[in-house]
Amino acid sequence: MVIDLDKCTGCQACMVACWTENNQPLPDPTMHREGRVIEWMKVLPVQEGEYPAVRQRLLPIPCQHCEDPPCTAVCPVFATYKNPEGLVAQIYPRCIGCRYCVNACPYTCKFFNWSAPQWPGQMAAMHNPDVSVRPRGVTEKCSFCHHRLQQAKERAAREGRPLREGDYVPACMQACPAQAIRFGDLEDPKSAVSAERHNPRRFLLQEELGTKPKVTYLSEA
Amino acid sequence: MSQPSRLESDLITPITRFSPGFFAVIGCLLVVIAVAAYAWLHQLVFGLGMTGLNRPVFWGIYITNFVFFIGISHAGTLISAILRLCRAEWRRPITRMAEAITVLVLFIGAGNILMDLGRPDRALNVLLHPNFRSPLLWDVTSITTYLTASTLYLYLPLIPDLALLRDRVPKRRWFYRLLALGWTGTPRQQHWLEVAISIMAVLVIPIAITVHTVVSWVFAMTVQPMWHSTIFGPYFVVGAIFSGIAALIIAMAVIRKAYRLEAYLKPIHFNNLAVLLLVMACCWFYFTFAEYLTTFYGNEPDEMQVFWSKITGPYAPYFWTMVACCFVVPVPILALRKGRSIPGTVIASVLVLIGMWLERFLIVVPSLINPRLPYRGGIYHPTWVEGAITAGAFAMFLLFYCIFAKLFPVIAIWEIREGQERGIPETVERLKTYLPTEGPAGAAQPATERWGVWR
Ligand code: SF4
Repeated sequence: MVIDLDKCTGCQACMVACWTENNQPLPDPTMHREGRVIEWMKVLPVQEGEYPAVRQRLLPIPCQHCEDPPCTAVCPVFATYKNPEGLVAQIYPRCIGCRYCVNACPYTCKFFNWSAPQWPGQMAAMHNPDVSVRPRGVTEKCSFCHHRLQQAKERAAREGRPLREGDYVPACMQACPAQAIRFGDLEDPKSAVSAERHNPRRFLLQEELGTKPKVTYLSEA
Repeated sequence: MSQPSRLESDLITPITRFSPGFFAVIGCLLVVIAVAAYAWLHQLVFGLGMTGLNRPVFWGIYITNFVFFIGISHAGTLISAILRLCRAEWRRPITRMAEAITVLVLFIGAGNILMDLGRPDRALNVLLHPNFRSPLLWDVTSITTYLTASTLYLYLPLIPDLALLRDRVPKRRWFYRLLALGWTGTPRQQHWLEVAISIMAVLVIPIAITVHTVVSWVFAMTVQPMWHSTIFGPYFVVGAIFSGIAALIIAMAVIRKAYRLEAYLKPIHFNNLAVLLLVMACCWFYFTFAEYLTTFYGNEPDEMQVFWSKITGPYAPYFWTMVACCFVVPVPILALRKGRSIPGTVIASVLVLIGMWLERFLIVVPSLINPRLPYRGGIYHPTWVEGAITAGAFAMFLLFYCIFAKLFPVIAIWEIREGQERGIPETVERLKTYLPTEGPAGAAQPATERWGVWR
């Protein structure tokens, strides 16, 4: 995934798309007060510089799907692991809720279901049928809309062709009005995301930690 | 049946006689435990949302308790094993009390992890799908090993006393007979028991050290600021022994009063343990200083956030209380001969326990409150559920200990007797081997005398 910060307007459409796509409980004031909001995609305000030259930047952060994820190594029961597609996945029915992976993630990208998830009124009937609703007491995080990848694969198999660029995009990218998010196969040298590999505006979050995130950011200075 | 000696009657009577005070204590403990059970039920029904935990403070006082209690467990086995191997004669009346602390407190430590799980019903997944790359699994492995080893190490020296109880106490005879494994005290049995105890004493030391090292690695193996530290292993072990000795001193003082064992637990025992406690206080200070100075000097921004939150920020009151309780106040008390009286050592020990609990808290929470990514800073206030469960954990430990002290002699009767009969002449002999022998200069010592110490 490539996120172009120079295009991002901070409208938070990606967050909303993510909430509805992935059946996350909608945050209410209590959850905010308690610091228990679940937001797989979040737009984080970052202050840069010192007065008088302060700049505020908005940084959309999903799970970075690290190539070398610190979170999967520490899970005692393999409830989080890197799957063959290179995505870092969660197995909700196996998770024991120890929250070790959450603490090991240097991006604070994981979330815990402190209480059973709740939706107001009819919202509860409007779940996305492709995504499981997580029970209380387990950890969850951005899956890069893995269910969409499964659908795309099945569609391609039905049509008897290999998976193509654009067959599968996550909900945040689809919703971004500024088209600041791009998505594709990093192993395909011709894909749009691979093309950004040598972009001089490119940087990684906390690259020095050696987690090799698969989310790349683009920004002028 | 021969007449019971004074030693036996002193140590067996407390087991057979129940005073109203005992029932009052048990009653109070049960009340606290009942409240904790209610809180736990509450948490089971409504989830961990009942605690004060949030994002990013995913771990709170359950994990603090876990580290603290596992630390206390180093009281026993480690101290008694070292003293036994060093043949420190003054160990005799305190080994069993120490070993019992270890075994019992391990259950409480492990129980706190269970409290902390979001899905305790799935805890067995740790055995079904073990990931040996996870430090938590190393923890499970090492704590189970430690529990097994220290239970064995508590049990072996109990056997002769169990046989004694079987012969002397009419109540629960079947129980003692079962546990005494047909001990009759033949020289052959004694020989093998001694061998077994020595083997366990050697084995238990590395195991104990591993346990707290691995506990520290749960933190140190992540890259979080002020967790990712190479000295955490030894730092935790030192803290564990430190708090362990303090717990032992308090247990000794209480039992001495409750069971009127003034003749057995003398001021000299408290004095000697106080010296050990003093040494550990200095070690603790050394490690803490080294850890914080390195962080400060390195001046890495993410680490400094955590650092300042402890030194001057919201956690400063806890931090400075910890320094006062672990070092500033107890060290002068323990350094003075007058301070090493029984009340003095007990006061110092209580302070050390408070300080060490705070130390564990300060390791777990401030790092989580200041994660690497810029964040709306979190804060953590434990709720009544967490408070009640913590109080329950302490009460549960005390209850276990009371029951243990009512079932078994808290002082090893046979060890005291052995000390009276064999220890004194043996020590005199041993002392002689340390010194140059009388006689013509340069005369070689016979080999048996040189190595006699090791038997
Ligand atoms: S960003 Fe965090 S949760 Fe995502 S893979 Fe990396 S360590 Fe794991």
